[in-house]
Amino acid sequence: MLKLDKLVKTYNTGDQALKSVELEIPQGQVLALIGPSGAGKSTLIRCINRLVEPTSGKVYLDGIELTTLGSGALRRERRRMGMIFQEYALVERLTVMENVLSGRLGYVGFWRSFLRRFPQSDVDNAYRLLDRVGLVHMADKRADELSGGQRQRVGICRALIQDPALLLVDEPTASLDPKTSRQIMRLIVELCSERGLAAIINIHDVALAKMFVQRIVGLESGAIVFDGVPDDLTPDMLTHIYGEEDWEATIEKVEDEEQEAAQ
Amino acid sequence: MVTHTQPDGSLKWTRRTTGERMVRWFGWLVGVAVFVYAWNTISQATTWFFVWDAPRIAGDIFGRATPPRWSYIDKLWGPIWDTLNIATLGTIISLFLAVPVAFLAARNTTPSKMFIRPIALLIIVSTRSINSLIWALLLIAIIGPGVFAGIVAIAIRSIGFCAKLLYEAIEEINETQVEAITATGGSRWQVMVYGIVPQILPAFAGIAVFRWDINIRESTVLGLVGAGGIGLQLSASLNVLAWPQVTLILLVILVAVVIGEWVSAKVRGAII
Amino acid sequence: MTGPTVSELDVLIGNKWKKPSLIKSDWLRWGLTLGALIYLVLAINSVEVSWSRVYEGLDRGAKFVKAFLNPDFTTRATDIREGMIESIIMTIAASVVGIAISIPIGLGAARNIAPLPVYLVCRSIIAVSRALQEIIVAILLVAIFGFGPLAGFLTLSFATIGFLSKLLAEEIESMDKVQAEAVKATGSRWSQWINYGVQPQVIPRLIGLSIYRVDINFRESAILGLVGAGGIGATLNTAFDRYEYDTAAAILLIIIVIVMVLEYLSGVIRARVQ
Repeated sequence: MLKLDKLVKTYNTGDQALKSVELEIPQGQVLALIGPSGAGKSTLIRCINRLVEPTSGKVYLDGIELTTLGSGALRRERRRMGMIFQEYALVERLTVMENVLSGRLGYVGFWRSFLRRFPQSDVDNAYRLLDRVGLVHMADKRADELSGGQRQRVGICRALIQDPALLLVDEPTASLDPKTSRQIMRLIVELCSERGLAAIINIHDVALAKMFVQRIVGLESGAIVFDGVPDDLTPDMLTHIYGEEDWEATIEKVEDEEQEAAQ
Repeated sequence: MVTHTQPDGSLKWTRRTTGERMVRWFGWLVGVAVFVYAWNTISQATTWFFVWDAPRIAGDIFGRATPPRWSYIDKLWGPIWDTLNIATLGTIISLFLAVPVAFLAARNTTPSKMFIRPIALLIIVSTRSINSLIWALLLIAIIGPGVFAGIVAIAIRSIGFCAKLLYEAIEEINETQVEAITATGGSRWQVMVYGIVPQILPAFAGIAVFRWDINIRESTVLGLVGAGGIGLQLSASLNVLAWPQVTLILLVILVAVVIGEWVSAKVRGAII
Repeated sequence: MTGPTVSELDVLIGNKWKKPSLIKSDWLRWGLTLGALIYLVLAINSVEVSWSRVYEGLDRGAKFVKAFLNPDFTTRATDIREGMIESIIMTIAASVVGIAISIPIGLGAARNIAPLPVYLVCRSIIAVSRALQEIIVAILLVAIFGFGPLAGFLTLSFATIGFLSKLLAEEIESMDKVQAEAVKATGSRWSQWINYGVQPQVIPRLIGLSIYRVDINFRESAILGLVGAGGIGATLNTAFDRYEYDTAAAILLIIIVIVMVLEYLSGVIRARVQ
């Protein structure tokens, strides 16, 4: 459903963030994008919904080419791509409900959104989603009163209320503690399978990625160097992506923790 | 900082190199010379006889100015009301004008950095650099004396101040929050209302109250040039050397300023 | 995850959602709104605008705009030059003296380094200076010292003290205690403590504020002439009185340019000291 064709991004400074990336994601597949910081993960997903304009190459979403769309058409396509951010990116001075409803902005007119008169179905939907992530009692709290994990849940609701076909997830756990990180990852993966959504999850934590997804793509200096199932991600491969490090230790430790958690 | 090797071989630490020290000394020298010249010029333009006589004159004025003529307060209620209106209405009008200017001047929201931003900055600097008394003079020449000229003068003068602080606040907003709203497919104006406005609203409220406080002060003296408010009474009393009235008016202004500052501090405390 | 009971969600579904108001109590909110509206109506009604006069004025307004596009620097060149030089001289002298006096007063007005009696005296000086408008101070000083730049110089110095001492005191009060204490712990005297513990922390800000005050002093010096306290204001006032808009425009343009230069310089200097 999503296809990237020779996607290139060169910044004005001359830094080549993406070097001809080719990637195809079928309907409903959750994919983890791993790589060291600066590998171009963030740029890659931002090129898909054009928060960053790609320099060249094509992006197809269900056959529609995104890179040449005008601003109106682009906004219509953006509605189908929910985005979840590293620092949650909630508008902190708005309430939880307003933050969730802001996911519907692409569907309602300016004055309706300005006066906060969203259609009843949107409001009901927002309540259902907040209930699903366990925050319905927080609906009228201001976003900056929430903890990190709670904020990220609101961020997930905002992305899902768009009724997207694809989720673009940018380091969802980077600002969270290990336990909350796992809860959030689990929640994202569960919601994707419930709704049959495809997702690209940028994540630097390899252990976490291996725990939750079926396909992993490794990005290094703007080029894809690995694409396969978690089991193929050998220490050698990781060294290739991240550089020298004692990978066995990390992986074993995580497996131990998993077993503990399972007991 | 540098270290020198002294003749006996030990190292001597000084904060700056010799060249730097020379430049600094020269700078100080020039500064002192400029100040001495400035002082000389002022001194030449001064009739020192009056200055030596000043303590006596000050005592004389003080004697005549006390006690204040309390009964005159009856004539001041109208001007006080006018002064309050000049400050408040002037502030409201200026905020309406300052908001679009600020959005045009902020780097992250301006439609064009090459053309529109410099114009917005020019509006900001020119309205800011000219005192409200001068704006009042100008407006009185154009639309005649009165409260209205005062309101417009305060409004124009405040545009630059408010727009400058506001555009700095806009430039400091968290861009990822804006990005998040953009990513939902919101239009330009929706991004403004959901992504930018909530972030700058506290700053905006703070600026509004802060400027209102300043405008209360400024509107008390606009009457000196004929733009309405309590300054008119001050000017009239000064012209006839009615010092007891002057004292009362100054006391009223003082009270107004203190109340204005108190209100603005309270409101700002409540917002932040 | 402790979700609410299903019934809690059921209650919410189908209900209208309204953004919670900033002011919780309905009564207070409507009261404030109504009060504000009544004030606005009364205030606007009490402003007498003679629209015919405004309409006549449009013509003069247009003339002024035209004068701005075509300012006359030459006809009154001598007056302008002398007025400007006087303004600048007043600004420089008043800034130097004002800043020099503000430093001890600012130190005295900082509760964390000054004893209580000194604190109270310094704070009252600041309060008086801030409460009195420059122009009012100028009127009084002109009455006492006679016409001329001396009154203007004293006015600006006095205003500088109120402005700078207050901000300096606040800066000192909010400085990093640990750094200052570290210096105190070395057994230094009070003066050394100020010099090593306090000064380095507040100097960059002091320089920034001082330059900002120079800017304000220049702008204020332009109006002091209106009441006879020297500077360009007198020339400007005369130009308005004689309806010589092109000369007035020239003066205003010079003021704007000088303020712009000062602002630019202050940006450069602040960037360098920080």
